[in-house]
Amino acid sequence: MTATTAPAGAPTAHRVSVARGYRFELVKLLAQWRVRVLILLSWIGPGLAVIAVSGQGTLPSDTLFGREMHATGWAGALVVLSFAGSWVFPLLTSVVAGDVFSAEDRLGTWRHLLVAVRSPRRIFITKALASLTVLMMCVPGLAVSGIVGGLVVGSRPLTGLDGHLLSPADAAGRLLLAWLCVLAPILAFAAIGLLASVIFGRSPIGILLPAFGGLGMQLASQVLPMPVAVRLTLPSFAFLSWNGLFTSPPTLGPLITGIAVSLAWAVTATALAYVLFMRRDFTSLANDGSMRRAITFGILPLLGVWVLSAGVLAAATGAAGSGIDAVKLQRSLATSFAHIYRLQSQELYHQNVTAAELRARASCTKGEGMVAQQGPGVDWRCTVYWRLPGSGAATGAAIYQLDASPNGRYVADGDGPQEVNGYFILRTSYGDAPNPLWQFDGLIDLLAPTSKG
Amino acid sequence: MPIGEIADVCAVRARGITKSFGDVIALDGVDLDVPAGQIHGVVGPNGAGKTTLLGLLLGLASADRGRLEILGTPVSRALAAPDGVAGFVDGPGLYPSLTARGNLAALAALRGPGAPTAGIDEVLEQVGLTDVADDRVRGFSLGMRQRLGLAAALLTRPRLLVLDEPSNGLDPAGKRHVDGVLSQLAADGATVVLSSHRMGDLEALCAEVTIIATGRVVFSGPLSKLAAGNQELDYRLRTSDADAARRLAAGTDGVQVIDDGGMQSDSEVLVVRTLMSALDELVPALVRAGIAVRELTPVVSPLEAAFLALTEQRAEQQEASQ
Repeated sequence: MTATTAPAGAPTAHRVSVARGYRFELVKLLAQWRVRVLILLSWIGPGLAVIAVSGQGTLPSDTLFGREMHATGWAGALVVLSFAGSWVFPLLTSVVAGDVFSAEDRLGTWRHLLVAVRSPRRIFITKALASLTVLMMCVPGLAVSGIVGGLVVGSRPLTGLDGHLLSPADAAGRLLLAWLCVLAPILAFAAIGLLASVIFGRSPIGILLPAFGGLGMQLASQVLPMPVAVRLTLPSFAFLSWNGLFTSPPTLGPLITGIAVSLAWAVTATALAYVLFMRRDFTSLANDGSMRRAITFGILPLLGVWVLSAGVLAAATGAAGSGIDAVKLQRSLATSFAHIYRLQSQELYHQNVTAAELRARASCTKGEGMVAQQGPGVDWRCTVYWRLPGSGAATGAAIYQLDASPNGRYVADGDGPQEVNGYFILRTSYGDAPNPLWQFDGLIDLLAPTSKG
Repeated sequence: MPIGEIADVCAVRARGITKSFGDVIALDGVDLDVPAGQIHGVVGPNGAGKTTLLGLLLGLASADRGRLEILGTPVSRALAAPDGVAGFVDGPGLYPSLTARGNLAALAALRGPGAPTAGIDEVLEQVGLTDVADDRVRGFSLGMRQRLGLAAALLTRPRLLVLDEPSNGLDPAGKRHVDGVLSQLAADGATVVLSSHRMGDLEALCAEVTIIATGRVVFSGPLSKLAAGNQELDYRLRTSDADAARRLAAGTDGVQVIDDGGMQSDSEVLVVRTLMSALDELVPALVRAGIAVRELTPVVSPLEAAFLALTEQRAEQQEASQ
């Protein structure tokens, strides 16, 4: 086209600032009833759920800290975080970020928006910021609501994942830190949502992708026999890696890995979405997405990030296999047992001993020694040995059946003797409760180096 | 003419505009001059390139070749149309979860306090939507959406208003309302470029029209020039004595009485095919013979007739060249 100079005094294009564009996008998002419902539910739902579930006789013991919901309200607040990581965050990012671009395709409003704003770059920035803002309206709501519900149930000490008793203030601090940590995978899923929304246009796949992607990742990491470096570099793992904050000292390796990987996914997916959006031809109204484009500009680059980060992690830590082996389980189980034994002794008004004095150790075998002594599974069987101070050479022994999950969490189920780790009721300060040594949750560090002995 | 002078006269000046989408040539060397303060119609069959042309005027895309000036400003890339250009193509962009007022308020806030913006109530009243201002757009009919789209454009106090099929879905009252708004806008000095498939709408509103066929301009100029062309048209003629009128018409040079095969139910009406010059002789002759002329209207409007003739001719030329 021939370039000419604008005559003096000719009207120039009016620039719409990012701030005004952001406000415009926010107004549109908040006018949608489903977004309002999500925000409302985020601020009300978790609190009501914690109060309601804590009042039930049966607790969600499959969920981390679920079995402690009668003992302390902080467990309820943590159950909210666990549940949100599995279901709510992927769904939330789907509905908000996964729809922010495709909504304009469905409504046929791109041309109107372009004429009004005159800059695809600013449209992208304002849409990304507005969707992030709505997410940030929901996430604190989930946290605050869960905590308020927990406080209504009762602010009492919480048993950590290594049996340590955490004071309410300590539990609250770690809980807030855990919520901060999950912001990274939320960003990653929001960026995936933006990318899907840009790629798939008015097709509903864009909205569904983050939700199904999140569930798919979780399912894959639970079912498929992945090496630990591959498992930990899935952004969905970062929704679980805050668990490491509830051991002493905190299990930081998987946590930091999860945050770093999530941020890498967030940056990559956002950059891809930006490039695709800037290259889009808005003269065509019908953008139903293209699977080829999704594979080329969505799936393959993100797979690249996954493979690269897994390689870096494996090289940096030497992590191989599942990260779960007998040595780690024995070490973790013995520590947890000693701490919880002390707790049980206090509740039974028995001799007050410290965990160190018990000198607890454990011996674990998988599949009765007939299979490789590593990896997740329900076939881990462990015996814990301990000694009471002043009891001479007498050694106590208790058997546990362990269900070790691929993410490093395990459930220890007491298998005798009955008076040590069997099911019986104790009278505690907050009411009747099952024997704490009967069933408890534990966590191993998947990235910790394995040392024999 | 120097660019500065053209800018004073023309709201739009296009020379040799070409735009392709892949292998499809949407516009092929289009020239267009739209004087300021005029309502200019763009007509063409489906796929002729009307929407592409209007999209270029709105700044949605840039031409591959050629030169385009809008309101005196050269436009060489997409989204660079100067301030003062507003409108819509392929229907107005509205957000159904917002009210009519909410849509306009969001748009006004987007423009910011520095931009010239009309009052929301003012433009709602202009397009006749005051009563439904606080209703969500989700429940609006197509006609109401069109009117709200027009209100959104008016909100920016446009100096060039570009509208694609603005009368779509409008009832007669709504159409009259919108026509009034557009006429007033032109009277106030703004320029309106609109496309429509309804020739009657354009004839009532536009001073000039541009007819596009297969991406090329086949006519551009005043409607009077189009109607005064050497082209025979069919006219409905209602008189006080149909039989006498028929005999007189049949005996007038250049006038052919059309046998409509009984299609015309009104016995007082006959249809004649003639040039404008012959019609000018027939009417005085009827009056001299004591036959009162009660109605004389073209069966097909001059614009529609010219449109059909020109677009068919263009299609035939293209077929022949292929």
